[in-house]
Amino acid sequence: MITKERALWIYEKMLEIRQFEETAWDLFCANKIHGSVHLYLGEEAVAASVCSFMTDEDYITSTHRGHGHCVAKGGDLGKTLAEMMGRDTGYCRGRSGSMHIADFSKGNLGANAIVGGGIPIATGAALSQKMQGKKDNFTVAFFGDGACSQGVTHESMNLAALWKLPIIFCIENNGYAISLPLEDNIPTDNITDRAAGYGMPSFSVDGNDVEAICEAMEQAVAHVTSGQGPVMLECKTGRWMGHWTGDPELYRTRQEVEELKAREPIQRFRARMLETGIADEETICAIEAKVTKAMADALDFAMNSPEPDPAHVTDDVFYEG
Amino acid sequence: MSEMLFTAAIARTIAEEMRRDPSVFVMGEDVGVIGGIYGASKGLLEEFGRERIRQTPISEAGFVGAGLGAACTGMRPIVELMYMDFTFVAMDQILNQVAKTRYVFGGKAKIPLVIRGQQGVGGGNAATHSQSVESLFLNIPGLKIAVPSTAADAVGLLRTAIRDDNPVLFFEHKKLYKGGKWEVPDDPEYMIPFGKADIKRQGTDVTVVATQFYVGEALKAAEELAKEGISVEVVDPRTLYPLDIDTICESVKKTGHLVTVHEACAVGGWGSEIESQVMDRVFRYMDAAPIRVGAKQCPLPFNPNLEKAVVPQIPDIVAACKRVLSK
Ligand SMILES: Cc1ncc(C[n+]2csc(CCOP(=O)(O)OP(=O)(O)O)c2C)c(N)n1
Ligand SMILES: [Mg+2]
Repeated sequence: MITKERALWIYEKMLEIRQFEETAWDLFCANKIHGSVHLYLGEEAVAASVCSFMTDEDYITSTHRGHGHCVAKGGDLGKTLAEMMGRDTGYCRGRSGSMHIADFSKGNLGANAIVGGGIPIATGAALSQKMQGKKDNFTVAFFGDGACSQGVTHESMNLAALWKLPIIFCIENNGYAISLPLEDNIPTDNITDRAAGYGMPSFSVDGNDVEAICEAMEQAVAHVTSGQGPVMLECKTGRWMGHWTGDPELYRTRQEVEELKAREPIQRFRARMLETGIADEETICAIEAKVTKAMADALDFAMNSPEPDPAHVTDDVFYEG
Repeated sequence: MSEMLFTAAIARTIAEEMRRDPSVFVMGEDVGVIGGIYGASKGLLEEFGRERIRQTPISEAGFVGAGLGAACTGMRPIVELMYMDFTFVAMDQILNQVAKTRYVFGGKAKIPLVIRGQQGVGGGNAATHSQSVESLFLNIPGLKIAVPSTAADAVGLLRTAIRDDNPVLFFEHKKLYKGGKWEVPDDPEYMIPFGKADIKRQGTDVTVVATQFYVGEALKAAEELAKEGISVEVVDPRTLYPLDIDTICESVKKTGHLVTVHEACAVGGWGSEIESQVMDRVFRYMDAAPIRVGAKQCPLPFNPNLEKAVVPQIPDIVAACKRVLSK
């Protein structure tokens, strides 16, 4: 079992993500969020567990389904929500919306709306860490099963392996790339079969099981920070909602989603904490109350934030000194 | 004539061409069960099956390049890109391979390849899913570029594109998808030749050249200007390459004034190219320097008010027309 400190941190982050995504969904349905959002509901254990091993000096790159990564990497709930609502106080001054949020101060090098787009960027960040002699630091590239089919994914893994970069390629395998099921995406049974081609170790774990992810992460972090090069970490999980907020989900059955929900990560971990005595009901309830309060404050902040002034729309295209 | 959504008109035209010619097939992301995320391939899987409606993994460079390989070996692929912004992921294949293969091999290969998809603002998807990218391809010889502004034009141009033995980039616009139902001709042989502009409104004072969504915006601007006694001619080139410069020049000879309008950035856009060609030919008929209306020089922001501030609005078109007329 993992340490109490880590367990409670992960539990809190998972709850934050859950409540954040539920709030985002409500806001979207109420026409308070424009465009489309890709919810991380059901996948919370991956971001929270992986990021529990990271400091602000460690980097991540994220995806179109990126709110969970942002929150787990220490992102401010209010600023994240404000960004999704296009407000001036948002992380990117209302320019990014849901799909491009970054917080460099926390080591979050950004979500990415181009599938696979973040993977070489993460590789470069790991290259920096290596060239700058930051031996304890590493980078995680989060991406989906769909992104595994982009050419740039292969190129990045090859570079990272050749140069022995401190990077974990964290594949969030939720079984679909929009409507494309895994069997139409990957010609072998296991994505991690590919790791052998780069000579990198791999782990494939239940991505809804906090303990399993942490166990793999412990080894992965030890590997990448000891100068032996990258690791592939596949977390098998599932998304509860449609791919995006308007997805008719013609490609899967209700039953499949119900089965997925039965593998729910947060309640499962809660029960596990009680069972192992890592935390008692009181401690857990205190965390739940804290998160609920934080989310309410975040919502309040975002809702009361001003819209950006179009007069500044062309600022920041270049650094002007 | 039938009434249908823009996307349904696209899907129907593809189906008609697939029935007519067994070498026509479709490749792209999510073109299977859900019929494309915007529905432009709806119903195709049911009729033609997985062999000819090939739902791809997310591998744009791979399946665009595979389109070229299939095209020069006897097939007629229609490659759907979910967003035309994703041409960037396949840029080498499009610019170095697709565009050049026929020429560099001394005219040996025929490349009946269509790369199509939607582009533009209107989805609230910010910088990488909202761009209008057609102008970039104009700078590379070897690519035909279609930019329809109505569903009927899209049908006629798409059929021409599919039957063309050259590569065609076919740009649809998100906002036209959302523009309700359109009148569409039912003739399965309905074709519009490339390089043939359409005068969408006759006028005498100023020529406005616009494409895609902005044809409709230019027509609305023309209505407004008409109230002030200004007569606007709206010319829709329909294809940017080949370009019907003759029709545009004839219009400018008549009006003496030219404004170009597009959603892409004004800097380096096709508006500048058309203005330059017009000035080369009919400068002496022009009463004023032409004016381009295009997006500000910055990536597209998410917030709808910011987005609106970046891309041209009807008042910008109205103002440009008045300015070119010194009014
Ligand atoms: C280059 C590119 N191609 C296609 C898309 C459209 N798109 C957005 S998300 C997505 C599916 C991604 O699947 P996966 O990587 O498994 O992530 P998931 O959505 O399942 O979390 C697709 C096809 C895109 N954004 N970028
Ligand atoms: Mg997936």
